[in-house]
Amino acid sequence: MSGPIIRVEGIGKKYRLGSTISYDTLRDHITGSFRSLCHIISGNKKSKRGREFLENQTLTDNCEFWALKDISLTVDQGEVIGILGRNGAGKSTLLKILSQITEPTEGEIRIKGRVASLLEVGTGFHPELTGRENIFLNGAILGMTRSEIKKKFDEIVDFAKLEKFIDTPVKRYSSGMYVRLAFSVAAHLEPEILLVDEVLSVGDVEFQKKCSGKMNDVAKEGKTVLYVSHNMGSIAQLCSKAILLDYGKMVRFDAAQEVINQYIKNTGTLAKTGAIKITDRMYTTRGKKIKFSQVTMRDSRGNVCNNFLYKEDFSVEIDFDIYDNFERGVIGIGIRTLNGSLVTIAHNQDNNNGNIEDIARGSYKIKANFNNILRPGIYSLNIKAYEHIINGETIDVSDLIQFEIANSPKEGELMPVKMRSGLVEFEVDWSLEELAASFSYI
Amino acid sequence: MSVTISDSYTISDFIPERIIRPRRGLIGIDFKELWIYRELFWFLAWRDILVLYKQTAIGIAWAVFQPVVTMVVFTLIFGNLAKLPSNNASYAVMTFAALLPWQFFSNAITKSSNSLISSQNLITKVYFPRIILPASATISGAVDFMISFVVLIGIMVWCKAPFRLSMFLLPLFFLFAFFAAFGAGLWLGALNVKYRDVNYVVTFLVRLGMYISPVGFISSVIPQRWRFVYSLNPMVGVIDGFRWCILGEQFKPYWPGFWASFTMVLMILVTGICFFRSTEKNFADVI
Ligand SMILES: Nc1ncnc2c1ncn2[C@@H]1O[C@H](COP(=O)(O)OP(=O)(O)O)[C@@H](O)[C@H]1O
Ligand SMILES: [Mg+2]
Repeated sequence: MSGPIIRVEGIGKKYRLGSTISYDTLRDHITGSFRSLCHIISGNKKSKRGREFLENQTLTDNCEFWALKDISLTVDQGEVIGILGRNGAGKSTLLKILSQITEPTEGEIRIKGRVASLLEVGTGFHPELTGRENIFLNGAILGMTRSEIKKKFDEIVDFAKLEKFIDTPVKRYSSGMYVRLAFSVAAHLEPEILLVDEVLSVGDVEFQKKCSGKMNDVAKEGKTVLYVSHNMGSIAQLCSKAILLDYGKMVRFDAAQEVINQYIKNTGTLAKTGAIKITDRMYTTRGKKIKFSQVTMRDSRGNVCNNFLYKEDFSVEIDFDIYDNFERGVIGIGIRTLNGSLVTIAHNQDNNNGNIEDIARGSYKIKANFNNILRPGIYSLNIKAYEHIINGETIDVSDLIQFEIANSPKEGELMPVKMRSGLVEFEVDWSLEELAASFSYI
Repeated sequence: MSVTISDSYTISDFIPERIIRPRRGLIGIDFKELWIYRELFWFLAWRDILVLYKQTAIGIAWAVFQPVVTMVVFTLIFGNLAKLPSNNASYAVMTFAALLPWQFFSNAITKSSNSLISSQNLITKVYFPRIILPASATISGAVDFMISFVVLIGIMVWCKAPFRLSMFLLPLFFLFAFFAAFGAGLWLGALNVKYRDVNYVVTFLVRLGMYISPVGFISSVIPQRWRFVYSLNPMVGVIDGFRWCILGEQFKPYWPGFWASFTMVLMILVTGICFFRSTEKNFADVI
């Protein structure tokens, strides 16, 4: 008898708020405890450092929270399961526990079969090594044996269409070639269980297409897939069942369409404040840390708000702290519909002709004025940060603020045409000319 | 590829079940799992070596140049100026015999203390036994060691030093050096994940260690009553062992001290493994 391929029982994961920022250095750890001791004794309140240290200390001591709690479920072989939930709901954490990257704090999981994840694409690639060398290295990292890689080597190279460059160091590859090679290795893995974490928001369009193609294939082959996405359309299409997570709890595990309906209903009633403060969450890309301390939306008069009139321009402000020099650093703002389709994505370096400068360590405020061409509806804002280099990885914080474009226009504009569908409204210059005698009226 | 053997049997019946649950208390090495991942270990070591020799244009030349220059300087300062004893052996050969394990040790701890940080994107994205990272970083230094060994042979020929059968014992002492470096690397690597300034500690250790270990002099210059305490530095035992194999009987180690070094290595190694294994579960969260 074949039991379930994955059995999750009472899984919980506790994180420590701020665990990534306090005690960054051994020196601070030592001098910090020493100084705060001195200042407690001498009663000196001026030393900021000592006090900060104390504050961090209490934070790390008290502010533990459950990123996941009491998750129990079973998955049978061949099931394709969608995972839904707001940003921070614990979706990635669940996948990380399933792939053994991080250990659960409590509970037990039983898994039968090899697990692979599509986010591992290109992991461990070394720019100095050639394509050939990287195939072997990456294959081994993803869990293939040497003989397996040897057997599939020609196929991998063929699939990536890189025969000519296979002995060139990958640092000379264009980013397209790089992604092709990386993906090709991952595509030749043969896991029994595939984990896919919001692939659709990582990498360029070509890559995203390849990923969803691969997902489709794998699902058709009867393998087990766990798929995190904000794209309701693709979840509805691919998945038989779905899980809805909220604040680390499993709210629902049911037929995909049911869960999607509930998710859309829940998110519709999200807190409607225009400013979101994200504290204490560090994001890292290639070891470099960034914190988005505050993201704010403002209307055309500068008021903080998330309800805009039709054709009323709005702006987005991001306060962020960068802890390490971001090489050719780029900050992006994306707008999605509630079912996850990307409407647009704008990068702060879009107008610089490819001359992208580094963002040095420091605190910044970035401001983006949007010329509003959105049709009435509810949209969600996400932000990205990445280094525009080979091997760069994108930090993506999705579903930050939901905002509404109202059905009533800004002064002096016409009412939007209600019946029309579509997401944006371009300014279109129409002209109608009558062509003489090109048409005979029979 | 759904291997549906018959209607009621599926692939999952043939693959052993893996259980994931929180681990507590002292955790030893899971040798079975390491065996499964042995190829990754060699691949990572191979990568380190390949990258090292590709990146430094002078690659091998550097591996030769560094110890040779150090040897010349030490011979001039300690041998010719300070006129420290050399038990009738050539001072150059004697210094180089010590530099061989010392360079290996210092390179290995430097590399393995960085091995986890520099593989951050592996750690946050893929599972494999993390201990492979410091282990492969340590072993990748073996190539430099081999190159230096060839240089040693050259120096011995040049100085007309005799070759002894006891040189065949060197692999044993190399293992000794390897475990010393690996144990220290486990501690430093795991600490480095949380405290990024461990690098300064390592740099300091390596600089200081070169002078307080018997690299530029023989350990018998240490007063007899301090020798045991002096030998608590594990590299003392390693270096004495190397000199003994290469230079013969008059460099016989001071045995109580030798075993003290040996015990220290064992202790560092065992505690290093335990510390590493009990902190590794948080690596992906805090790195
Ligand atoms: N390494 C970490 N240290 C501390 N908190 C973390 C860490 N990783 C994730 N978290 C927190 O755990 C929660 C769940 O995160 P995550 O699983 O990434 O959410 P999702 O993928 O659903 O957006 C979030 O509140 C996040 O801030
Ligand atoms: Mg996530």
